[in-house]
Amino acid sequence: MNAMRHLVAALRTPQSIATLNGDQWSALVSVARGEMLLATLAHRLAGGQGGGALPPSIAALFAAECAHADQMQRHALWEVEMAHRALSPIGVPVILLKGSGYAARNLSAAAGRHIGDLDILVPRARMADVEAALLSAGWDWVKNDPYDQAYYRQWMHELPPLIHGARDRMIDVHHNILPLTARHHIDAGALIERAQPVADGVMTLDPIDRLIHCAVHMLADGDLAGGVRNLWDFHCLSGDAAAFDGAWQAQLLLRAEDFGVAAAVSRALRLSAALYGDGAPLRLTDRLFIRRLLARDAMGRPSCPVTQAVFYIRSHLLRMPPILLVRHLWRKWRMARTKP
Amino acid sequence: MTHEFALRVGPVPLRIFSDWAGPIADLRRLYADYPAPDDGIATLTARIGAAWPWRRWLRPAVSIGGDFTIPDALPLPLSQGLLAAEMAMNLQVAMGWRTHMLLHASAVERDGRVLLMVGASGSGKSTLAALLGEGDWRLLGDEFALLDVENGNILPFPRLISLKNEAIDVLRARACPSRFGPRIPGTPKGDICHMRPRADAIARMNAGGAPALLLFPAYGSDNGLRAVPPSEAFFRLTESSTNYVALGEPGFTALSQLVRALPAVAVGYQSGEQAIDMVEALWAENSGRAAR
Repeated sequence: MNAMRHLVAALRTPQSIATLNGDQWSALVSVARGEMLLATLAHRLAGGQGGGALPPSIAALFAAECAHADQMQRHALWEVEMAHRALSPIGVPVILLKGSGYAARNLSAAAGRHIGDLDILVPRARMADVEAALLSAGWDWVKNDPYDQAYYRQWMHELPPLIHGARDRMIDVHHNILPLTARHHIDAGALIERAQPVADGVMTLDPIDRLIHCAVHMLADGDLAGGVRNLWDFHCLSGDAAAFDGAWQAQLLLRAEDFGVAAAVSRALRLSAALYGDGAPLRLTDRLFIRRLLARDAMGRPSCPVTQAVFYIRSHLLRMPPILLVRHLWRKWRMARTKP
Repeated sequence: MTHEFALRVGPVPLRIFSDWAGPIADLRRLYADYPAPDDGIATLTARIGAAWPWRRWLRPAVSIGGDFTIPDALPLPLSQGLLAAEMAMNLQVAMGWRTHMLLHASAVERDGRVLLMVGASGSGKSTLAALLGEGDWRLLGDEFALLDVENGNILPFPRLISLKNEAIDVLRARACPSRFGPRIPGTPKGDICHMRPRADAIARMNAGGAPALLLFPAYGSDNGLRAVPPSEAFFRLTESSTNYVALGEPGFTALSQLVRALPAVAVGYQSGEQAIDMVEALWAENSGRAAR
């Protein structure tokens, strides 16, 4: 079994670590760090069934990683509060997406999860107000280039990234969960309609929509870098949805049909069952996705360059129609060449 | 073919992979007396590899990486492979070690009490620690000192000492030739030569000590001595730490306690001999004062 298989097995069945030797532990730590799952693994192994049996150096590492993840979440939730304070005067609630949303609700996916930027969803009609409110509250553009600005505004589902001058933290303001140019178009209004309050002026997507967003973000948008982590999110969110409503899977598939993303969502269900659950009958293409998800070697290096390249190209084709994509890449290439 | 070496430096278990045999052979020789990681488990992985596949053979270019990488870092020529390996390992420690607070400082110990020296590159903290470590002090480390936030002690991280320019010959005159790596000319910091710490530093790498004096050396400055208030010491230490923010409140508490208890002095000096005399005088005057 290779290191990525050990990682997946350790998350699924913490007892599986009992047989690891020194080299396998070193490789497991390295790939977990590469997939930004080290603190998640630490929580999973030190927090529950695996605890006690850990080698001393691993126990010390996990304690430090858990403490660091707690600290990161404290920072992330403070950013949520800052965004809330900036947007409450204009009457726009902050709808949290991804990590900070999981942390605000203390969901199982939040345990040890890495949280970087703050991702929020706001109604498209209020984007201009939100932008002005954030700019006057100390956020500033990361990319000031006119083409980059136009690219985001015309084609993407978010404002160009903003960074806070004093706290050095990024915020991504979304009005949808997929680019405007993407093959699928999601009715963001329907997501916002069902959002649930978690604190004063702060909301998250509803449990089913959290799964939709997670699946779409992983399979209909990016190149699957960090996909093992996203799939772990999906697995944890499924568990939460199941605890909330026994018929969650039927509801999820119905909602996915409505949004036109049934293919991505059912693939996420199959992949998550295959890697973290009780297994699932896999299609040939699913096996290619799993090969991409597990593409990292025992030294922690990304591996399988051809598979990675295929998914990288796929991610661009999903995001933009080919002609538009060629124009965009040509433009970016020329910009890179003329930069000093 | 990938070449591998694993070792423990103080509490830190590391492994490094290299596309070339040379840098690993240098590491094996210079780190010969260091222990292997406990249970064979390295929790940090460094890598030095060809920036492009063909650069393994054709004008070899060594890029520095591992679990953590620096985007856009320029690769080094293979003649500087040992330096690249050391930089890759330091990078992993700086970015990935969260069990203790990492201070970018050199440290030496005597009678169980620790002298910490904090300063920018070129301040002479590394050379001073190396010189003291050849005298009646034990070297704890020339690059990082590990602050245990639980009890306020300083733990050793006695990696190879990175000597630069004139310091190379000063130390070569004092220590056995077998302890030195190849002289590496033409680095961004001039000539660099790695030196294995004295045997006592390696044998006692698990034993830390309570900090007793904090110095901010500045080579070439004629400002003499200046007592540094705790507030200034606090800020200079946060600036010199790579993981102060990541540690959160326990880090703040530990660092506040450290600067309150520790006498701190900025030291301007012109030569190694002068610095050592100043250090000994300050130690005699202050080391008894630090209340723990």
